Amino acid sequence: MTQNHSQTKRWVRITQAKDIPLREGRSIQIAGHEIAIFNLGDRFLAVENRCPHRGGPLADGIVSGRSVVCPLHAWKVDLETGRVTNRSEESPCVKNFPAAVQDGVVMLELSVPEDHSVALEAPCVARQIPQISSLSAGD
Amino acid sequence: MNRLVVVGNGMAGVGCVEQILKHAAKFEIVVFGDETHVNYNRILLSSVLGGEKAADDIVLNPLEWYENNHIQLRLGVRITDIDPIAKSLTGDDGSITSFDKLLLATGSVPLIPPIEGTKKDGVHVFRNLDDTRALVDRAGQGIKAVVIGGGLLGLEAARGLQIQGCEVTVVHLMDTLMERQLDFTGGGYLKSKMECLGVRVLLERSTAAILGNGKVEGVAFKDGSTVDADIVVIAAGIRPNVELARKVGLQVNRGIVVSDFLETSHPDIFAVGECVEHRGTCYGLVAPLLEQGKVLAATITGNKGPRYEGTVTAAKLKIMGVDVFSAGDFSEKMPGTDVIRYEDAALGIYKKLTLRDGKLTGAILVGDTSDSHRYMDWLRSQEDLTLHRRQLLFPGPSEDAGLDVAEMPDTKVVCGCLGVTKGAIIEAIHQKGINTLAQLKECTRASTGCGSCTEHCQQLLKAVVPEFHEESEKVLCKCLPYSEEKLRDIVRGQRLFAVQEVLDIYGNGLGCEICKPALSYMMDMVWCGDHDEDRSARFINDRVHANIQKDGTFSVVPRMRGGVTSAKELRRIADVAEKYNVPMVKITGSQRIDLLGVKKSDLPRVWADLGMPSGQAYTKGVRMVKTCVGTDFCRFGVQDSTKAGIELERRLEHLFTPAKVKMGAVGCPRNCAEATVKDIGLVGQEGAWQVVVGGAAGKKVRKTDLLITVESTEEALQAATLFFQYYRENANFLERTYDFIERVGIEKVRRETVYASLAVQQGLRERLRKSKRLARDAWLEGDEPRQPTQFVQIEPIEKVCQ
Repeated sequence: MTQNHSQTKRWVRITQAKDIPLREGRSIQIAGHEIAIFNLGDRFLAVENRCPHRGGPLADGIVSGRSVVCPLHAWKVDLETGRVTNRSEESPCVKNFPAAVQDGVVMLELSVPEDHSVALEAPCVARQIPQISSLSAGD
Repeated sequence: MNRLVVVGNGMAGVGCVEQILKHAAKFEIVVFGDETHVNYNRILLSSVLGGEKAADDIVLNPLEWYENNHIQLRLGVRITDIDPIAKSLTGDDGSITSFDKLLLATGSVPLIPPIEGTKKDGVHVFRNLDDTRALVDRAGQGIKAVVIGGGLLGLEAARGLQIQGCEVTVVHLMDTLMERQLDFTGGGYLKSKMECLGVRVLLERSTAAILGNGKVEGVAFKDGSTVDADIVVIAAGIRPNVELARKVGLQVNRGIVVSDFLETSHPDIFAVGECVEHRGTCYGLVAPLLEQGKVLAATITGNKGPRYEGTVTAAKLKIMGVDVFSAGDFSEKMPGTDVIRYEDAALGIYKKLTLRDGKLTGAILVGDTSDSHRYMDWLRSQEDLTLHRRQLLFPGPSEDAGLDVAEMPDTKVVCGCLGVTKGAIIEAIHQKGINTLAQLKECTRASTGCGSCTEHCQQLLKAVVPEFHEESEKVLCKCLPYSEEKLRDIVRGQRLFAVQEVLDIYGNGLGCEICKPALSYMMDMVWCGDHDEDRSARFINDRVHANIQKDGTFSVVPRMRGGVTSAKELRRIADVAEKYNVPMVKITGSQRIDLLGVKKSDLPRVWADLGMPSGQAYTKGVRMVKTCVGTDFCRFGVQDSTKAGIELERRLEHLFTPAKVKMGAVGCPRNCAEATVKDIGLVGQEGAWQVVVGGAAGKKVRKTDLLITVESTEEALQAATLFFQYYRENANFLERTYDFIERVGIEKVRRETVYASLAVQQGLRERLRKSKRLARDAWLEGDEPRQPTQFVQIEPIEKVCQ
């Protein structure tokens, strides 16, 4: 999506961490993106929910370490870098989004229009990932 | 003929007798054993404790062996006295036996530390088969076991008890486990591996007393702490069993003192094994015993010459998934010692080598023992390694396995446990016409000890025997370097109930799209629902019970047994198609109706509205039975294929299989429902059914093989289900029946299903029944999804506009 000068980056509260089971992904739609969020046990990672190959829903893939395998044709995407790791030919990266958990809520850092920013109670300190061990309770 | 009496029917005594038999017949041999068993492989007792092997599986010399070699075997008799002058011995049964030569192979006895309460009920040792049986009887779910001693034996006992269901604590006096074999770092890795398996480890605990009123209730330590226990196993070490030798007046220190020819201080008495002390050393491992046996056999048969000069010993922990190897002297203290180390904490791998003057003096391997043979060779050969210095921990890149075997000298010991050389193996292969690993094991005993040389033996067979087929060791994937057959054993034997557990203990901890679904299937097949199903390890189709399409929507195929439907069902299907705007409604090639393009979030409601069970069209499971109209309407039908097909589908539906299973039933050989290209087919004949298996009509086209011809429909269904369960248990994941049959061979399949013994057939049926009992129509989950957010589109808490 296009970014213009009226946009700003900020952390947006998305969903309860327990809504995303351990080693699974779920997709959400926000700010013009469809985003796949994964629970890796010790952290959450988020990428665009679209495989660079044929647009497959990455959120439905099997998690392999910090990668996900697209359910359509088994392209493997590194969730940290967005790179496809099991194809020899060049392929575009998947866009990734900073993700964190605060007070049991998964947050994503997104570009949003400035005039719609809603002040958070504790804004943007969520980069530090808090204790997540309790979060895998969703499993 | 002279009489040779052997006291001790264990590996050392009988091993020596085996060597004596290789020399010209000279003796009438009598063997006394105080256990009531024939000679068995003591190293494998921990496998018996863990339930991986039965007592019969570890027998080394069956009764026939004694008979065939004219050896008089006296079991259950303990020798109480020896008269060295009259040259006779007395048994505890009162018998008196004279000898010309006497061989003492009395082994060792468990060391019982001087702590209070060791006589209480529930205190065990772990030394022989009877001890093992007693432990197996006591062990069980929820039983608290404390193992005193964190050495090789203690750890193996701990794991065995834990597999039996016990909650196990290992208590060790020192600050690190297996301190005689491992340094502090290696011990640390071992500890975390044991803990990962679920064994609790307490270090630096000195046991003060075993608590309980007559019966064990706990263990108290000198620091004042206690742990609860229902059973206590003392595995604090062994000491040579020298009682008899002392009585006779032989020279005894810690063990019976022997020369390089294994002679004792009496000219007609010899000793071998764990009871001896040679050049100040008592050995407690198997390799030295066998080397000693060879030397003694020469000495005692009048061929005195070969000397025993001591053994470089190596220890290997036999706990699956906890690889530990140690050999030589690994201490770093001696000046001039070079230490080479490698460590990967995440993978739990630790390797350490010590060198002096360019020669290997010691090796420790934890987490990866694949190179142990190389190090053993270097320790034995004392080869100068200066030129290999950069490749000590990792062999050069060009080295291939075949070359490895070819370069091995004939004198190289392949099987360290039983001392079998490459030359001996090749000789056996040529002279005995061996061409399988099983035959090789039987003939040479190679790889019957710890089993770590199996790979080398296979490589040798491959190199020497042109028709040798490697026992298909195709590994599942790089996350988990085991064949599926092996993994099934691991899952069963080690009682693993979760995919992630298997990956954590035996693999790289990550898993991938290949091994995770394969392990998920394995769990389901082995435990039939008694396991923790981990949906994250399954393909999306098996999480949402529908088949993912190229646009991320799903297809829905309700079960329509035998391809028979009704007006009511068709009406409901039509209503669903309209209500959910299903873009395509299609008749499939399997006589069913496919609703394509359904949104994930609509799935539960679609199922509810259909009111039909899942057709499993999305999974590796029972798809359908395609039928023809059989006898009800058809002019030609000779068997009621519709009814038979519906019944077959009912009996097998909702079950998972290694790959999809499509079936067919036809009422006459015209084969209108194409049963002869299905995984399982029933072909009606006049007065009979042919049960056919392994057909394909996909990427590959293959006509089925005939499994059996039977008279009644019930017999046909029974035969089909026997094959079905056999395939479930033995095929690799994603292996269709036609590939499975080509790999295994239809004769073997017949032999192990329809022609198998009643007991085997009952076993297959019983396991199928259990699975079926726990199998559910997956679409019932629509009301109660496994994960609350499985079918729900998550809405962000905060709304933002674009």
